[in-house]
Amino acid sequence: MKTSHRMAGAALAVLTTAALTSCGSGSGAGSGPAADGSVTLKFLVDNSMGTTATAKALTDAFMRANPQIKIETETRPGGSEGDNIVKTRLSTGDMSDVFWYNSGSLLQALNPAQTMVDLTGDPVLAGVQQDYLPVVSQDGKAYGVPAGTLTGGGILYNRKIYERLKLKVPKTWAEFMANNDTIKAAGITPVIGTFKDSWTSQLFVLGDFFNVQAAVPAFARDYTANKVKFAGTPAAQAGFEHLAEVHAKGYLNEGFGSATNDQGVKMLAEGKGAHYAMLSSALPPVIATLPQAATDVGFFGIPGPDASRNGATVWEPAAVYIAKTSENVAAAKKFLAFIASPPAAEAVTAAVPPTGPYRIKGAELPEDAIQAAKDLQAYVDEGATAPALEFVSPVKGPSLEQITVAVGSGLTPPAEGAAQYDKDVEKQAKQLGLAGW
Amino acid sequence: MTRQHVGPRTGPGPVPGPGRASRRRRDAAYPYALYLPAAVVFGVIFLVPTAMAFYFALTRWTLFDSTFVGLDNFRDFLAEQNLSIGFGNTLFYAVLTSGLKVVLGLLLGVLLTSRLRLRGFLRSVVFFPTLVSTVAVGITFSMLLKPDTGLVNEALAVVGVDGRDWLGDASTALLSVALVDVWKGVGLATVIYIAGIMSIPTEYYQAVAVDGGGAWHRFRHITLPLSWPATYSVIILSFIGGLRSFDLIWTMTRGGPGFTSDTIASIIYKQYQAGFFGLSTAGNVLLFLIVTVIAVPLNHFLGKRQVAV
Repeated sequence: MKTSHRMAGAALAVLTTAALTSCGSGSGAGSGPAADGSVTLKFLVDNSMGTTATAKALTDAFMRANPQIKIETETRPGGSEGDNIVKTRLSTGDMSDVFWYNSGSLLQALNPAQTMVDLTGDPVLAGVQQDYLPVVSQDGKAYGVPAGTLTGGGILYNRKIYERLKLKVPKTWAEFMANNDTIKAAGITPVIGTFKDSWTSQLFVLGDFFNVQAAVPAFARDYTANKVKFAGTPAAQAGFEHLAEVHAKGYLNEGFGSATNDQGVKMLAEGKGAHYAMLSSALPPVIATLPQAATDVGFFGIPGPDASRNGATVWEPAAVYIAKTSENVAAAKKFLAFIASPPAAEAVTAAVPPTGPYRIKGAELPEDAIQAAKDLQAYVDEGATAPALEFVSPVKGPSLEQITVAVGSGLTPPAEGAAQYDKDVEKQAKQLGLAGW
Repeated sequence: MTRQHVGPRTGPGPVPGPGRASRRRRDAAYPYALYLPAAVVFGVIFLVPTAMAFYFALTRWTLFDSTFVGLDNFRDFLAEQNLSIGFGNTLFYAVLTSGLKVVLGLLLGVLLTSRLRLRGFLRSVVFFPTLVSTVAVGITFSMLLKPDTGLVNEALAVVGVDGRDWLGDASTALLSVALVDVWKGVGLATVIYIAGIMSIPTEYYQAVAVDGGGAWHRFRHITLPLSWPATYSVIILSFIGGLRSFDLIWTMTRGGPGFTSDTIASIIYKQYQAGFFGLSTAGNVLLFLIVTVIAVPLNHFLGKRQVAV
């Protein structure tokens, strides 16, 4: 009697466990087509102003052309917090039908072969520029289409201040520091630091990659293979040194430790600060409230040691991908094909001023593009650009932003910061299981 | 008619009762089946994940798949360059917040058990911050502590003090967060002290009055020693809370500037964010062990003193 009582209990426990665990596998993707042939796609994007505005322009234009397909957009945080949401949702089969995510090294960590629909050779990719495809590919298979435009990562500067103080766009780091001196003497903050949003502190290092590549052409490959390091490669360590130098000379604004990215862009557009190491994509979202950001703010690449080898580091646009768990792949492909077409580029241009050239065949930068985008276009036309390191190497340490804050606040000497970053990178490479680490 | 024992009792010792099996059933207040739902919930939500955590701490885990790597994660976690800063900060934070909560909680407790007008109102005021969500507190104080526009610095400017960049400056960031934590947590400590002080029998105070002791004697020789159980609860609660402190630090400084206000929990969280799931799980297992190693002896030691009083 007693035994059977226990057996029943154990059986019940097993059953309940099974029931509890099986209800965890609900699907986040939209359901299949409804009776009248209409389809609802779910679209996950990050919550930055630029992305949400671009996503809205894309979905509105697409739904006007395809009334039977409805797209519901949902947002997620950006940065590494967002990376985790995307990873978690992909691995639990809970991803939306289509989603917006970085191209380059971050894509590699998503295991696209298992989680995304392979678009290689699909007509969806017909409108995409060939040289964009490597950043959305893994093992020769392409998974996404470019959403948005090329972005420049370097120095955004206030042209009004340059005009008034009769300064020239610097071609070398020494010229840049000389400009800062003049600006400081005029009572204006030379360089804006916004370390509350710690990611903004990385630009002096990441945006310097054009110069790294100019000095050490094989850096990306050797770095991935664990043959060169930031510390001990003078060209690579220069980014950390620049950061420390700007702080040591007292060029940063007061309260740089708790200023935010939005405040920094505002200071720059209003002429309270002259330089801001930033991505050109920071500008379009603020043009509605600060129209002068379109005209008064220009862009130049972070200058290196040599004026004859001057160029800019660029970030490839993020991409839109289809989750393998989607039940509406046909509709999703239709949406992606639209994104990679000139009409989509026009729709986006109307809503969000482009930050640089498009990666879509036949899509042109408009005449009234913002000044920073035109400046970037000039670099592209000259062929004086290099993609940021994260697009040519899967190795990127997660703590760079904390390290650059510490170096940029004078808490850590630059050489030590570079060495710390090398260790951070090693940890990431080991976790990715890369060869040679 | 009542049943009676058959035969005489022959000595001390247990009353000869019914057989073993039924006695055991009497020890368990309910049939086992009634424990089952709770056991299943506990098992699925707590036991299974805990056991899995101990396994995944030994793997390189990408959420998509995992490779067994032995103790590598523990080695890498302990080699983490900012771990010593994190340890130091965690201890500093736990000691500072629990110490201040004990002192302020006791003082407020004494104040709010005295005969005071508006006592009920003041008690609510002191307890109120405990009810606000930690994240909301963090965001609010980040605004208040801004260097140029924050209320704190504007108030300081009125009295002629030049405030600083409280959260953006490496030397004040962690301290500022700890003080906000005390502001938020002191209400709970006060309530525990109020309960402790109110449970002290009034005869003791009368005895002090008869012996001619003043207010200081009442506090030093009656309130302070006899509210030990309350002190014990406050220390345990706030010390463990301080060791696991994360939410306030994350909303206010994210461990920054640089790594200067990192605690163990924020280091683990950042590793999790970076996608190092195995590594961060290893960190959590270590944190679990550390909290246990500190909290169990502390509990034992403080519990002993409680018995002694």
